[in-house]
Amino acid sequence: MYPVIRGVSYVLVHTPDMVLHNGTTQTLERETNSDSEYLKVIRNHLRSYDDVIAYPVNQTYIGNIEPEELANLERPWFNKKVENANRYGKFGEIMPEDEFYGLIKSCDVFDLVRLEKSFTQNLKIKFENSNYLKELSNRLGEGSELEEINKLVENGVAEGLYLDDKLVGCVKRAHEFDINLSAHVITENLAVKASGVLAALHIIEKANINKEDIDYIIECSEEACGDMNQRGGGNFAKAIGEIAGLKNATGCDVRGFCAGPTHALLYASTLIQSKVFKNVLVVAGGATAKLGMNGRDHVKKGMPIMEDVLGGFAILVSENDGVNPVVRTDSVGKHSIGAGASPQAVIEAIVAQPLERLNLKFTDVDKYAPEMQNPEVTEPAGAGDVPTQNYKMIAALAVKKGQLERSQINEFVKKHGYVGYAPTQGHVPSGVPILGFAREKMLKGEMNRVMIVGKGSLFLARMTNLFDGISYLIEKNSGIYEDKKELITKDEVKKMVAEALKDFASHLLDE
Amino acid sequence: MILKGRKVIAIGDRDGIPGPAIEECAKSAGAEVVFASTECFV
Repeated sequence: MYPVIRGVSYVLVHTPDMVLHNGTTQTLERETNSDSEYLKVIRNHLRSYDDVIAYPVNQTYIGNIEPEELANLERPWFNKKVENANRYGKFGEIMPEDEFYGLIKSCDVFDLVRLEKSFTQNLKIKFENSNYLKELSNRLGEGSELEEINKLVENGVAEGLYLDDKLVGCVKRAHEFDINLSAHVITENLAVKASGVLAALHIIEKANINKEDIDYIIECSEEACGDMNQRGGGNFAKAIGEIAGLKNATGCDVRGFCAGPTHALLYASTLIQSKVFKNVLVVAGGATAKLGMNGRDHVKKGMPIMEDVLGGFAILVSENDGVNPVVRTDSVGKHSIGAGASPQAVIEAIVAQPLERLNLKFTDVDKYAPEMQNPEVTEPAGAGDVPTQNYKMIAALAVKKGQLERSQINEFVKKHGYVGYAPTQGHVPSGVPILGFAREKMLKGEMNRVMIVGKGSLFLARMTNLFDGISYLIEKNSGIYEDKKELITKDEVKKMVAEALKDFASHLLDE
Repeated sequence: MILKGRKVIAIGDRDGIPGPAIEECAKSAGAEVVFASTECFV
């Protein structure tokens, strides 16, 4: 039986100070051009927490606004505010930076994170009042003196954690010489871990599952944790599960750049379908390196720094319950090594071929979910509207296959696509942001089928010039059904053997 | 733009036209492609 998507959670973390201190665009600018105009004005372009919560795109990501509603909202979106915007949504939340530092501290099991005393006391109150963080409040400790934190940062053995530009804590290096355990890398990895934990805590509630029932965790972000002898040894999966309290789970990390989550969800699905496990959690935290990645262009165009949030998500894949949407593991499309790199070859391999195999038309898929980047982030930097570009390529191939008129391309894009509403956090936009809304609509009977399309820029690691693509369908559950292959009785087996022998005997007689 | 006899650097986009495809077009128009790659802008 096909596995099901039992639940989904999406989280954002507003991290304006981490944009300045941890985003690679900004850290490189400080290293190479410390007097730059960009660095002088960047602080004036940082959004407040209230603005980030009220941003319609962020409200869509956490589930408070439907993508259709966002599409109807005239752009630019960044100067529009959702009235009475809520920090929490049906899929997750938008966490403020101070609480995130507390979460980072809670995730530190090697005594590397120091938070200032009074800051820690304030955080304790906030944690104890939060449904999600209450269980972690005792991990905050009592806090450290600011003087000690200052000293660690000034001596270069720790990376500062700032709030409104004021030092409130630090992350110490975990080794004197190993750059993989430097303060910068440890901060980056603890941020992945902490935002992954947040997504995991949310899905426990959203999917209504006991923590003890999760058997396996697959983490699929883009960072690498390890040391100088095994740079990407891992693993975030078990580290996240430990803090989230998933005591009966083990797990591993899966990587594939932006296609990572699509691969991870497929692996989770096959583990369920093959009955190895009953409940598999796919989870990913956010990338501090990508904060403010296109900041120069945003500032140049008088916009706020749009990449001021970390993103995360969690997907719970479980045994077929006859209710939740199924992952069609027989619908996998893949961009194989020899497939060729032209846009036509790619869409042919990952969209057209699986549809043809299942006798489906391009228009039989309600929505396609390629990378779902917010176009308001990418367009000012010249990267265009990524989801729309992908929808157009899919539509163009449908025209070439004679399934669509050329004049219907724009209509196809509107009908079978969603506007991008995911942060440009690398792996986060990779198809999976659609699962929350798609699952809901399928449960209500308003949608039948979506296709997740993951694409990964493997060439960035300079090991191959190839990129990657993988896809599959998620469908409305048709109800509990029997797996006939598993319900064959002994009598049926005897009958089949008898028929085969009879057939064999008739061949002998013919000869 | 006439590309014949010109040197070209081709930067393709993973979600658009890949570098090798631009390279082939530029070559067929008589350009010398000195560097071509596909990049990711997201």
